[in-house]
Amino acid sequence: MKHENIAVDVRHAVKRYGTFTALQNVSLSIRDNEFFTLLGPSGCGKTTLLRMIAGFEEVTEGEIFLFGQEIEQLPPNKRPVNTVFQNYALFPHMTILQNVMFGLEMLKKPGGEIKSRAEQMLELVQLSQFAERKPSQLSGGQQQRVALARALAPQPKVLLLDEPLSALDLKLRQAMRTELKEIQRETGITFIFVTHDQEEALTMSDRIAVMSAGNVQQLGNAKDIYESPHNMFVANFIGETNLLDVTVEAVSDSAARCRLDGGHELLCQAIDEVQAGSKVHLSVRPERLFLSEESLGKDSLSGVARENVFVGTDIQTVVALDDGPRMVIRTQNSESGNKRVFEPGTKVFINMESGAARLLAD
Amino acid sequence: MAGGATSNAGAVSSTFASVRGRLLFPAWFTLGIFVLMPILMMLIYSFLTKEFRGGVVWEFSLAAYDQFFLYRGLFGDEPPTIEWTYIGIFWRSIWQAAAATVLSLVIGFPTAYFIATRDPSVRQIWVFLITIPYWVNLLIRTISMKFMLRDNGPVNEFLMTIGVIDSPIGIVNTDVAVQLGLFYSYLPFMVLPIYAAVERYNFSLSEAAADLYATKWVTLRRVLLPAVKPGVIAGCILVFVPSLGSFLAPDLLGGAKNFMIGSLIEEQFGGNAGNWPFGAASAMILLSMVLVLLMVFARQRDKA
Repeated sequence: MKHENIAVDVRHAVKRYGTFTALQNVSLSIRDNEFFTLLGPSGCGKTTLLRMIAGFEEVTEGEIFLFGQEIEQLPPNKRPVNTVFQNYALFPHMTILQNVMFGLEMLKKPGGEIKSRAEQMLELVQLSQFAERKPSQLSGGQQQRVALARALAPQPKVLLLDEPLSALDLKLRQAMRTELKEIQRETGITFIFVTHDQEEALTMSDRIAVMSAGNVQQLGNAKDIYESPHNMFVANFIGETNLLDVTVEAVSDSAARCRLDGGHELLCQAIDEVQAGSKVHLSVRPERLFLSEESLGKDSLSGVARENVFVGTDIQTVVALDDGPRMVIRTQNSESGNKRVFEPGTKVFINMESGAARLLAD
Repeated sequence: MAGGATSNAGAVSSTFASVRGRLLFPAWFTLGIFVLMPILMMLIYSFLTKEFRGGVVWEFSLAAYDQFFLYRGLFGDEPPTIEWTYIGIFWRSIWQAAAATVLSLVIGFPTAYFIATRDPSVRQIWVFLITIPYWVNLLIRTISMKFMLRDNGPVNEFLMTIGVIDSPIGIVNTDVAVQLGLFYSYLPFMVLPIYAAVERYNFSLSEAAADLYATKWVTLRRVLLPAVKPGVIAGCILVFVPSLGSFLAPDLLGGAKNFMIGSLIEEQFGGNAGNWPFGAASAMILLSMVLVLLMVFARQRDKA
């Protein structure tokens, strides 16, 4: 296996706490210069994996390589990675500058270099004027940026970020996303970012590993994960989706003909795991659906509009299909165009953009 | 109606003030009877004339302070020079108390750290175990300490069994015995405040230090210790101050030549010396010294 472009290589990593298994046989290759995100709900093992890479948790089984070097036996202070902690963990009795200088001092860099490098880092996060303050005198967002500067100062090969934005308010969070992404691009350091916020993951990451129950459910870029979820968990966790029970009627090379429980038939892209006759789930994103008064062909599903929910940029329409299940359709909120709002109680047809329906391998 | 609103607010706050005053009364009362009054009495007694074999004559005199600081010869007729006897006793007391404090810190800090890093469900049990010996009277504990340390006691026998020494080393009646006695008397006062500080400590700070390439030792020195410093200072004060005035451990473990301030003062009231003004003056000098030390400590803490 080649290591040149692989920053962190996790091989068959297992973490057990007594009888509880937090991480079940996870293998991941994180490329150099990549913004890599571990995404999942709390308790999925993403933070455990990050802490194993940092060295705070022992690896029960498996190996972790950092640029080809096996590191799982090294203590945290011997690993050339740095961490931005969820609650910042700034040293309260030191000034901001001293906090940022700490790692460089531990690496025994020459005195002049330590100071200039630390000041440069504070400049990068726009906090130069606060260098002599104590952490408690700064706001949450500022403390966050100090934590980032402190972790970047020793020029780590990989930067680990443990839900760094979760304690900030929405506006600040959005601003920090852009800033983090820019800093990652400027420094060229590999970022491994842990979050439970799918929007954060989708907007910042080069690649995302969606995790649940100690396993990686899917690995891919934001577009892959959003548009081609592999299974129910990913489809449900990332964005909103309509899930329908279908029976596969026939499978050809690229297409699968599926029948909804009510009798409607649909053509979907085939996936390896599905054979004719199997009962599976089908996922359709609400924004890939549109409504019409008349049937537009045999793929149109008929139903009755039940409810319209105004959500700013969109209007969500809930439609009850004739044969039972409900679906949500997102219509862009614009005055122009032929899209219109259907009042509750009116009969409507639901149409799918081609390729919108995805079969899930459960 | 701005004026009305203001006067109304004034009425509310004055009611509040009077309620507060009444609620604070028990605290002031206790402080007055049990703290201010005795100190005031000591202060007054230290400036009175002694009566033969205890008691005082109500006549102003500086004799007690004179006796403490100045030497006027065996018959009191020589020109005054500095009297080193009592200053020496004070100096040795400070040294003994400081040694006991350092010993308590060296043993107490790891103990407190150990307890604070256990699972929360068993921490209380450890704290409980630490305090159990202190249910026994101090006198009995100090005497037991003497039994432990004497020539044919368990400490000497253990050291001889493992071959560190060939014959018993005389521990009793040495400075070390007094220091051990003081250490044993006041150890929980060191452990408990440090335990409370370490328990509040955010351990992700230690992780952050390790993440930034700090060794365990540097993490302890530069991150953990500064964070728990208030607890350490409190522990040191709580051990040092009572050690300084203690007389049981020096009397029972130190023998006649290891006289400490506590014994000196005790002698003046209960013992043969029976010089109340001199005892009171010694107590006042000790009190002012402790006050000065505490102020130095407090300033240190404010700086941190």
